[in-house]
Parts: sequence; C-alpha cells; structure tokens
Amino acid sequence: MTSTWQPLDHFLLMRGDDCLVLGHRLSEWCGHGPVLEQDMALTNIALDLIGQARLYYQYAGARLGQTEDQLAYLRTERNYFNAWLVEQPNGDFAHTIVRQFYYDWYENALLEVLEGSADEHLAAIAAKSRKEARYHRQFSSEWVIRLGDGTEESHQRMQVALNRLLPYVRELFENQPRHQMLIADGILSDVNGLWEGTEKEMKAVITEATLSFPVAAALPARGRDGLHTEHLGYLLTELQYMQRTYPGLTW
Amino acid sequence: MQSEWPLWEVFIRPKNGLHHIHAGSLHAADAAMAIQNARDVYTRRNEGVSLWVVESVHLHASDPDDADMLFEPAKDKIYRHPTFYDLPDEVKHM
Repeated sequence: MTSTWQPLDHFLLMRGDDCLVLGHRLSEWCGHGPVLEQDMALTNIALDLIGQARLYYQYAGARLGQTEDQLAYLRTERNYFNAWLVEQPNGDFAHTIVRQFYYDWYENALLEVLEGSADEHLAAIAAKSRKEARYHRQFSSEWVIRLGDGTEESHQRMQVALNRLLPYVRELFENQPRHQMLIADGILSDVNGLWEGTEKEMKAVITEATLSFPVAAALPARGRDGLHTEHLGYLLTELQYMQRTYPGLTW
Repeated sequence: MQSEWPLWEVFIRPKNGLHHIHAGSLHAADAAMAIQNARDVYTRRNEGVSLWVVESVHLHASDPDDADMLFEPAKDKIYRHPTFYDLPDEVKHM
C-alpha cells in the first residue's frame, strides 16, 4: 500500500493525521472540561480539526482511489504520519493548552505559506483552514497568558508543560527528504525556514505570560516516517474500534 | 477569594443592520474570555455577525412587582399606535 503513495499523498496524509489525532485528543475533553464554556471551546476546536482532516483525506482519497473513512479508520499505526506532539496525552489543562499553543503557532505559519501553493487544491484547503487556525491560536495564546500570569500553581503547571512538550516541537518544522521535489515545485514550502520567526512569536507570548521559553534538545521524533510513541496505538484502537468491529458500518 | 468566575450577559447581532439581541449568559474571568466563550457557546450555528458582552452586575432591572404600575397604563392608550391613518395602497410593510 505504502509503495503507491506519491510524496504529495504522504504530505496530505501527514497533515490530515496531525489534525485528526489532535482533534481526537481534544474530543476526549468532551464532558470533562473544567467549566461548561471551556468544554465547548475545546470540543469546537476538535470539530474544526476533524473537519480540516477530512479536507486532506478527501483530496488524498481522490488521488488514491480510497474514501476518507478508509484512510482514517483502516490505516495502522505505522501508516499514520502525524507528529509526536499531537498524540501526547491530554495531561492536565496546562498540558492540553501548551500542546495546542505549540501546534497552533506551527499550523498558522504553515497555512500562511501553503495558501500560496502551486497546487490550487492545497492552497484552497489552506485558505479555508486558516480562519479557524487563527481563532485556535488566539484561544490557546490567551490561555497561556492567563494561566502563566495567574496563580502560583497555574504558573508552575504551565512552566512544567512548556518544558515537557518543547522537545516535540522541532519535528513539526523539519523538512522531509521525500518532500524535496514538492518544495522545488512550489507546492510545499521550506518548513524549517518557518521556525525562526515562529519561535520568536511564541517567545513573545510566553514572556508576556511571565513564563520562560524552555531550553531543551529536540527529540529524535519520527512520526513522519510512521514511527510513534506508545500513545498513538491506544488512541487509534479507540478511534478505529467501530469500523474494525463492524466493517462498513454506517449511521 | 471568589471561587466562581463572574457572570456575563451575551448579546448577538444576527446580521448587519439589525440590533444586538440578548442571547443568554455565561461565566468568564475577563472580557476577552467572555467574548471567546460567547463565540463558542452561542454562535456555533451561525447565529450572528457581532457580539457584545456585559458583566451581569452592571445590568439594572425593573422590579417584577412594579410591572402593573409600569406597564399596565400603556395598555389602554391605543391612540399611541399609528393605526388611525389611512394609508395609500402603494405603501407596503407598515
């Protein structure tokens, strides 16, 4: 199956998987949010992300002759290409917010350049997703400031989450060797080049939150190659349970 | 220390040209959060194009016990309605 995937298919699946896996993680907050309003905010973002995942899967599916459901529910862990960051468990509210914060800044930087992609379909997906992504970034950034500059306990929990999750962030900004031709053709952009500016903007928010931007080495993450942390298998088991137990089930 | 976030009232403008209408209330720590919460709780189904939030403590309401005194007297003043004019047939939506 893998051998028939072109570099663009890999990129579409990678983006779809980032959105689906993070959306699924946020959906786990449904009914468990700290207050009703945040419960709804997190599940709204979950729905936005799952909607974005569908756009990538539909495009990839049309190219591969598969449905979006087949791509989401019948691929195994080794054929999922999401980054390690998004599969990390929710932890406390601080971890969920920090994971979202790092991801949102990456996604906004990426979508901004993808809007100019030479691939019109991809450019249209980016333009549509970017409106939602901007709201997500505002939401997570305000929470970083509110909790960082909040109580002693919220400050401390936020710093712990920032420190723990930063090593996962660099993977998002790594160019994939298999995407080189796509970058040369103007379909994708050099994501590594987005890091410097994004880091600076994230630092500004973290400083405003009276928190410190962590100094941490990047993990040798290989989610883009289908190699994952132990958490993704459990997540997919739950996400894919229904289709695996009742193949072809519709509702 | 107060353990609950303050209550806010939410007003939504359904579309440009119409006025803001009270939609409900919610809890939030500050105005920015109240706007975001209002967006997430009350505009999920395309309800509007603009939001106002006001902290509920700033609203002053009429006393329900005064309703008779305040509103009954208007009921028999039908001459305050512009219904005694003959309108040309061409005028619509009056």
